[in-house]
Amino acid sequence: MSERIVPLVRKKQIIELSDSGKRTDGRSLTDYRKITIQTGVIEKADGSSIAMIGDTRVAAGVKFEIGDPFPDIPNEGVMQVGAEFVPFASPDFEPGKPDEVAVELARVVDRGLRESKMIDTSKLCIVPGKKVWIVHVDVYILDHCGNLIDTAALAALTALLTSTMPDACLEGDEVKLTGKRLPMPICDLPVNVTLAKIGDKLFVDPSFEEEEVLDCRISVAFKENGMLCAMQKGESGYLTVEEVLRAVEIAKDKSQELRKKVTEAINVAK
Amino acid sequence: MDKSTVTKLISDDGIRCDGRKVDEIRPIKFQLGVLKNTDGSAYVEWGRTKILVGVMGPRESHPKHLALADRARIDAFYRMASFSVEEWKSPAPSRREVELSKVIREALQPAVFVEYFPRTSIDIFIEVLQADGSTRCASISAASLALVDAGIPMRDLVSSIAVGKVEGKLVLDVQDKEDKAGESDMPMAYMPTKNAVTLLQMDGQITYEEFQQSMEMLKKGCLEVYKKQREAIESHFKVVEPASEEA
Repeated sequence: MSERIVPLVRKKQIIELSDSGKRTDGRSLTDYRKITIQTGVIEKADGSSIAMIGDTRVAAGVKFEIGDPFPDIPNEGVMQVGAEFVPFASPDFEPGKPDEVAVELARVVDRGLRESKMIDTSKLCIVPGKKVWIVHVDVYILDHCGNLIDTAALAALTALLTSTMPDACLEGDEVKLTGKRLPMPICDLPVNVTLAKIGDKLFVDPSFEEEEVLDCRISVAFKENGMLCAMQKGESGYLTVEEVLRAVEIAKDKSQELRKKVTEAINVAK
Repeated sequence: MDKSTVTKLISDDGIRCDGRKVDEIRPIKFQLGVLKNTDGSAYVEWGRTKILVGVMGPRESHPKHLALADRARIDAFYRMASFSVEEWKSPAPSRREVELSKVIREALQPAVFVEYFPRTSIDIFIEVLQADGSTRCASISAASLALVDAGIPMRDLVSSIAVGKVEGKLVLDVQDKEDKAGESDMPMAYMPTKNAVTLLQMDGQITYEEFQQSMEMLKKGCLEVYKKQREAIESHFKVVEPASEEA
């Protein structure tokens, strides 16, 4: 990201405000911005969603493809997350191959979903050892106003939760689609909570302005039963051990709020 | 592939498949100044994991427009040799290598006095020759020694280790076999004298209590690595005694 002088001036202000538990946009340190989730927005996708946290907007689409299984798990389907940073989402995004920021985001979102074992991948097998379903979950960053990780994770999750999968069967040597749709084999509902460290304070759901001056961030994903399933510290600052423990505690608490939003969104879809 | 549930990874009396106790790290050997054409270098053998790190810089930034006005720019390149793993690996950087390069750079950056070298670049090249688990931890630990060897002023060494969950038990310093069969992996990088966590990742499933316990184990493990790093530095740099009068 390019060098900016203004954010450094703002940093002082952000830190001073945070001493009295306030933020520049009026939130408390543990508040999320407004969260809205719309599902079923792309009819041609097998599942889709647009998630917004504040003005940050991420679209996610799920597409099923018939493919080969990994040799070490021949009877299981494959889920993979990709991330595209659309140039109109921020003046800092450039057209071209995903850079390290996009790769990290995709992999953090991927780990949160994958490690929770939210999809029963054994149900994605078509011909054992030969053909399985590959589930592509692609997130498109449409507007970047801070906290891309949580927004992308919400979009990806709700797109998967509202997906249906095609039904395929073997006819002779060929895999044929039956035209029927099957429900997704969903087993969990993992959500991701990101906090930024600025000065000696932790900020839930950092805004763009806060991200510009943060020391580092920490993202934690939780399963429905409260277990941790993924974690990632990012950016060039550090946290003390005590700050890590506190961040995870706050994240655990906030994860329930996020999960409620997700449940509401899918109930609307039903 | 058959699930290798037949061979247990931890015996009933808490001994792991390579003979270690649950809180025991593998033999680690660091060596400084192993390359001739770098400004600083280090080699590490961490169990069967073998990694070479070379540091170039501080030197002129390339391309120039990427130079930072108030500090040095640090870049890390984590790469695995094609023969470093079981199957041949394409030498082209994978998404995993791109991500690891980023988090390794971010793990080392807080330790370096980057503000002493404005407009320059410090490049850290990491080549994993053999991978047997915990390569990011070994890379970070060795890279901070290579930075020392390059004479770059640092706030502290960065020491790194991972805790995994294997067959329901938390174990320190996971090797490849345990990582692949294990339920979770949680690497951390730490500057002991600063109480600074500079890298923290986790995948797999652990309870909140296991997470707290892991943090304790990681802190202790990092201190052990720290001791070995210091030993390597002390054996590399000789203390020069003041010349005696007869000489």
